[in-house]
Formats: sequence, structure tokens, C-alpha cells
Amino acid sequence: MGHHVLLIEDEPNIMEAIRFVLSRDGWRVSCHSDGATALAEIARVRPDVVVLDVMLPNRSGFDVLRDLRADPTHGGLPVLMLTAKGQAKDRSRAEGLGASDFMMKPFSNAEVRDKLRALVGWVD
Amino acid sequence: MPRSALTGSRIRERRTALGLRQSDLAVQVEISPSYLNLIEHNRRRIAGKLLTRIARALAVDVSVLTQGAETEQLDQMGAAAAAHPDVAVELDRMDELVGRYPGWSALIATQARRIAALEARVMSLADRLAHDPFLSASLHDLLSRVAAIQSTASILVETEDLDDNWRKRFERNLHDDSARLATGAAALVGYLDAEGEPELGVVTPQEELEAFLNATGFHVAGLEGSVPDLIDRLVRDAPALQSDAGRVLARDYLRRYRAEALAMPLETFAAAAQAQGYDPARLAVRFGQSVGAVFRRLAALPDAGIGLVVCDGSGALTLRKTTPLLPVPRFGSACALWPLYRALAQPMAPLRVVLEHAARPDERFVCFAMAQPAYPQGFAGPAVHESAMLVMPPERVAPQDGIAPLGRIGTSCRVCPLDGCPARREPSVLGDGGAGAAAPALPGALTARAG
Repeated sequence: MGHHVLLIEDEPNIMEAIRFVLSRDGWRVSCHSDGATALAEIARVRPDVVVLDVMLPNRSGFDVLRDLRADPTHGGLPVLMLTAKGQAKDRSRAEGLGASDFMMKPFSNAEVRDKLRALVGWVD
Repeated sequence: MPRSALTGSRIRERRTALGLRQSDLAVQVEISPSYLNLIEHNRRRIAGKLLTRIARALAVDVSVLTQGAETEQLDQMGAAAAAHPDVAVELDRMDELVGRYPGWSALIATQARRIAALEARVMSLADRLAHDPFLSASLHDLLSRVAAIQSTASILVETEDLDDNWRKRFERNLHDDSARLATGAAALVGYLDAEGEPELGVVTPQEELEAFLNATGFHVAGLEGSVPDLIDRLVRDAPALQSDAGRVLARDYLRRYRAEALAMPLETFAAAAQAQGYDPARLAVRFGQSVGAVFRRLAALPDAGIGLVVCDGSGALTLRKTTPLLPVPRFGSACALWPLYRALAQPMAPLRVVLEHAARPDERFVCFAMAQPAYPQGFAGPAVHESAMLVMPPERVAPQDGIAPLGRIGTSCRVCPLDGCPARREPSVLGDGGAGAAAPALPGALTARAG
């Protein structure tokens, strides 16, 4: 069984496309779409890496990331942040809160795959 | 700036119109022709008995000679000079300039007015680009659609052994996303097109709702009395409600309107309002309703001229019923001295304040304001505050009855002439009002200034 990734993204078609691409790449993929319950979902499924969208319903990805990093249980969990804004301030904010990497929408499927592989140290 | 300075020009105009020679008028008013010549060329100030004699000789009232259209022009030139304090303008000779070179003076005033208008427009556009939630949300939505389309299209192109079921599924997603992208792009183009109009169009769902309500003065006759529920038809037929989000907002507002109209029937409520001096707290007790509901009901009274402004806990204006007594800025922040904001700092405390607008002194009106908390997530969640302010015309509520001292407020700093305002955030394009611009608002300033 491959590495386990949790996609936290509220756009169903983006989620489905990434899920398809990563599944074919050998990843085990879990999905979640709500910011308010994202932390509980991370604790429940215990992924190897998280893809976290900034704009989520009920709670922003930034807030989720801040609380995640404050929890020593998940201190080292790699997090790839997604945002549609693509502004420098969002990137620096994500980095300041402890994001492992950052990706702007729109992105290519290969970019998602390569970044996640790098975050979990996956070498063919 | 003394407005009597151009009296000489008016004396000359009136004398010429009567066909009277300068020397003849000088004899009549018992001064030398050379002195009258200096007066007529605005090189000598004139007032008192001599002015009265000249007015009598010219068969006009003194006010005809001391007041004229140049007043506004002088105001505008003064504002133009104040906007450029680094330029050494001969302010003490401004009246002479207007009197001797009216064409050039008019040009200066026109350009100053144009510059002020352009600055205000640049401010509103910059503010919109930086803070407009509609623009931010639209761009986010468009980029999300593009991301979904790009990822899905790549899968369709790059996956040679794609199962038919998956292919159909992704094709459907592609179709849905492209349709949403087209809709979002059209909305964004419409929004940006409106930016180029002299009058900004309705662009956000909130503005759609305000346009819909303002079209009837916030009074929805179709929802008064025991008539069938017309909400869906009203929403469907309203030209101002262009977007789904705008229609959702309107339905929610109208449902509440209908409930409040049933709880406070129009004729009964109007009579009670008059009897109770339009006091929202007394009306709330009389009808067993919240003060906020009474505010909305008062604002919905037809032809009452009552304004209503609502803001959330951040101070962002969320509902505007405009009134000539107190213009409400469409973009950016309003005047920090508004009781609306003071109420936010004192939740549940009713405020009744007698006010004047800084641009129209001596035109008093009364504001009722109150902020109330809500707990949408119950006791465990945060309190969400909303503040509302009624703007009452003087004929509805006698300002003399105010329990608070008179205060002056503006619309927003950028267009406010209030000198030395303790709450000023930025200089005014009107010049004088920026004199105290450097000083930030001080704690307690509101109490000191606005009562």
C-alpha cells in the first residue's frame, strides 16, 4: 500500500481530479471538504501528507494549519497548501504558519504529484 | 474669506446697468469719483453706512451687492489653495483675482473641482480593488474553475487507458466547470465594465438588495396587510435582483419584512409611531418586538424620510437606506463619529443624538442607534454584533428634545470639511477639513465631539 494523502478541498471537481491522478500514481487517497472538522479528520485518518486548501467553508486553511502546528502530535506532518489567490502575502503567511510547501491554482497534475512525492521522500 | 470683497464688481455692474456715470454716483453718495473707482475695482473694502447709501442710490437691497455667485467660486478656489499648502498662493488677494479675472478664476475653480472628483474616484476604485469581497471571491472562483478544468483536461488527454465510465464522468465535470467559468467570467466582466461608468453599477448581491429596497423607499406594499405571500413573485419580477445570491438575500429580507409587517401592521404602527414620538424603544414595548425590528419597520414607513444604516461588528456597512440628511458612502469607511459606531462599543445601550452634518450646519436631525449581539452558534460560539442607526428628519422628532448635546458628523473623511476633527483618519479633498489630519482619533474624542 502506498503513501496516504488527505485532500482537504471544497471544490468537488478539483478533488475528484487530484484523487484520480494520485490514486493512479499509487497513493492511498482520503478526501475531506470542511474546514471546521479538518483537524478531527486528520487525527482520524492519520495521513502521511495533507493537501490543504486555503479557502474552505466554515474555517480557513490558515486557521487549520495554525492549530495543526500547535499540536505536537502533528508537528512533523507535511502540509501542501493550495490557494487560488496566488498572492505573495498568502504564500508568506502559509510559510509563516509552517506550511511545508505551497501551490497556486491553477496547477498541473504533475506538479501536485511531484510536490507530494518530494514531501514524503518518495523515490522511484 | 470676506465675501464682501467682490461688492465693488457688483456695484459697477449695477451702476452700468442703470446707465449711471461713476462721477454721478460718487456725488450722490458723497465720496470722490477716484475713491468710488477704487471700490468698484475691489481695491477698497466697503461696508456700513457707505454701502447702505450706495445700495439706496442703486435702488437695490444691500444683500444684492454683498452676495453673489462668486461665493461658491471663492470657496472652490480656497479649497484648491488649501490642497497645495506648499504653493505660496496670495490668499489675501483671491477676491481681487475673482473680481478682475472672472474667466481665469472660473477655470481654477473648475479644475479644482475636477481634481477633487477624480481623487475621490481613484480612492473608491483603489479601495474596491484592495478590499472588495466580491472581486476577491470572483477571482477565487474563476481560478478554482480553471484549476479543475486544467486537471480534468490533463487526465482526459494524458490517460490513454481511461475507463469509459471515468471518461464520461470527467467530461461531465469539464462541461460543468466550463459553464461555471463562463458565468463567473461574464459576472466579472460586468463588474469591471461598471467600474468605467460615471455612476458605478450594482455589482454585489448586497448592492442588488439595497437597489431593490431603495427603489421603493424600503416599503414593500405587496407584503403589507393580509395579502397572499408574494415574496417569490416580488423577487422574480425585480429588475435590480440580477444574481442568484442577490435573490437569496432578498428572499431572506422579505421573509423577515413580512413577519414584522404582520407583527406591526402598517396603519397601527404608523399611528403608534406618531403617538410615541417615533421612539423605537417605546414602540418595541408597545408591539412586543425587538428594537432592531422596530428600526426596520420605521425605515419601511412610506414617505417618512427616515434613513437606516446597519453595520456588522467590524464596522462594515451591510445595509443602507439613503436619506438627503446624511449621505452614506458606498465604498470605504464612513465617519467614525456616527452614533452607529459608538453603539457598537456599548451593546444594548440605546443612543439618541441630535446632529448636524458638517457640510450643512444648522440643518439638524436626530439619530437613534443601538447595537445588539446575536449568538448563532449558541453559548459556545462567539457573540456576533450588529449595529443599526435610524436617521430621523426634524419634522418627525423635535431635535430640541434631544437628551444629548449637539454633535457634528460627516459622511467620510475624504469629503468632510470638519475642521480639527478628533476622529479624522485622512485629509479631506475639501482642503480645510484636513487641517487636523495628522492627529489620530483619541479615546473619548467621540464623547467630546458628538455628544
